[in-house]
Amino acid sequence: MPRNNPTSLWSSLASAGNLSSRIAVGAGASASWGELAAGSVLDDRAVKLHGSSVLVVTVDQFLAAAALIQLDGVARRIVLCPPDLPLEHVAFVADSAGTDLVVTDRIALESIHPRVECIVLREGQIRPESFDRGPQIETEWILLTSGTTGVPKLVVHTLASLAGAIEHRDALLPPVVWSTFYDIRRYGGLQIFLRAALTGTSLVLKGALESTAEFLARAGASGVTHISGTPSHWRHALMSSSEGLIAPQYVRLSGEIADQAILNHLRQQYSRARIAHAFASTEAGVAFVVNDGSMGFPAEMIGSTPDVDMKVEGFTLRIRSRRTASRYLGENSPNLRDADGFVDTGDALELRDGRFFFVGRQDGTINVGGLKVHPEEVEAVINRHPGVSMSLVRTKKSPITGALVVADVVLRTAPHTGEGGAQSLQHDILQFCRGELARHKVPAIINFVPALAVAETGKLVRRHA
Amino acid sequence: MDVKSEVIAQFNQVAQEYGRRLAPLTNDLALSDSGLDSLCFAVVVTRLEISLGVDPFSADEDSRFPVTFGDFVGFYENAQK
Repeated sequence: MPRNNPTSLWSSLASAGNLSSRIAVGAGASASWGELAAGSVLDDRAVKLHGSSVLVVTVDQFLAAAALIQLDGVARRIVLCPPDLPLEHVAFVADSAGTDLVVTDRIALESIHPRVECIVLREGQIRPESFDRGPQIETEWILLTSGTTGVPKLVVHTLASLAGAIEHRDALLPPVVWSTFYDIRRYGGLQIFLRAALTGTSLVLKGALESTAEFLARAGASGVTHISGTPSHWRHALMSSSEGLIAPQYVRLSGEIADQAILNHLRQQYSRARIAHAFASTEAGVAFVVNDGSMGFPAEMIGSTPDVDMKVEGFTLRIRSRRTASRYLGENSPNLRDADGFVDTGDALELRDGRFFFVGRQDGTINVGGLKVHPEEVEAVINRHPGVSMSLVRTKKSPITGALVVADVVLRTAPHTGEGGAQSLQHDILQFCRGELARHKVPAIINFVPALAVAETGKLVRRHA
Repeated sequence: MDVKSEVIAQFNQVAQEYGRRLAPLTNDLALSDSGLDSLCFAVVVTRLEISLGVDPFSADEDSRFPVTFGDFVGFYENAQK
């Protein structure tokens, strides 16, 4: 099947036959791909867009989507800022990306930088007339990831690298309606946005003020067939009892380790759907998709995945493909790829019985008396306990062993009233862990908590000590 | 709360959880002969921090490390004062 090799988002849309599929964000904003391709959100200043470096920093996803379609192929560089980017980081990002122009719906950004001009957008402002796009150029797409110090890292892609895993869709196939819990300013969400735009399928996105239940109700009413999110997004949906509002054919997980518990829960809930978990990261791009319903991936996928070279070195997965980012932007940036072109994902793997399992982040390990523990491998066990909805494993300082493992656990239902109920459940979960984990990996303490913080990225908030 | 009985309870609990045979907890029992290893001690100290609200090991880095079970109990009793 031929791959999409788009020259620009706009040209792909303009040359497509059927542009009646729609993109809808929240309850308010909606347009067809055709309207977006023919219209303009930035037209009266269009002349400044040619060859510039443009920061797209909007609260509204719909405006960002419209701006992307207009800017790709015209601007030299587009920097996609997620909606929760702190104001104090905007100036840093603008500097690092050599920004000429800021496109925003945040009035506060109007004077963010003395050198930088600002276009302030209003909600729902798409003019029906197009503008002179000039000669088409290859635009750099810059995505942000959180660095270890909290300052974002700027990751350089092109439309070709971002769309590398998107296959051409046969127009005769039954219609698809895509949706995602992700914001399209993040790699996981951008993949779904581009998939919908480049294959001409409808897309339903979560509004900024929409609850999970409201979003899923709207997605269900829109006939969503394909939907993606992180395991944390999905656990949250299952906990909000709103998962029954959609009846998807395809459920995709990415961004965090998909443990067996969440795969089984989704299989139970959506018995007719294909449940897939993908490995992708902003830096490494989309590497592969696992469709067999089991956590981890068959070892033979290394060496037999089309278009993607993989290897395990120093316990972590390394990836080389045309879908990886090319470099980090900014002065004194580290190398994104090694001399052979491989990106170190920092995700540690363990080989058991012919299958690789993700055990956690290489930089997130807990050191218990010299023995390493990946929080994620402990969480995967705890999450399999029938009483557990989700968990976060973290480090606690210990004067004896340096550190110990502690778990914060969200239960499916509150334990029986009284101290005894909670205590016996704690005991039960610990027993369960002992049957599965080496003794230093078993949590010293289990705390029951009402909820766990999930970041805007859709991932559990982890504080590395 | 009676510090000594809480310490005894935690020693017993942790020994049971980690499958260790606990020696009779007399005051002159050397901690190294108690049957608990360092991981078990780390867990005991962390749980006592929750139940008694103190961690004398971290609070005073200069103090002498307890050698016997009696020292250990005294360490916590002093920290609570």
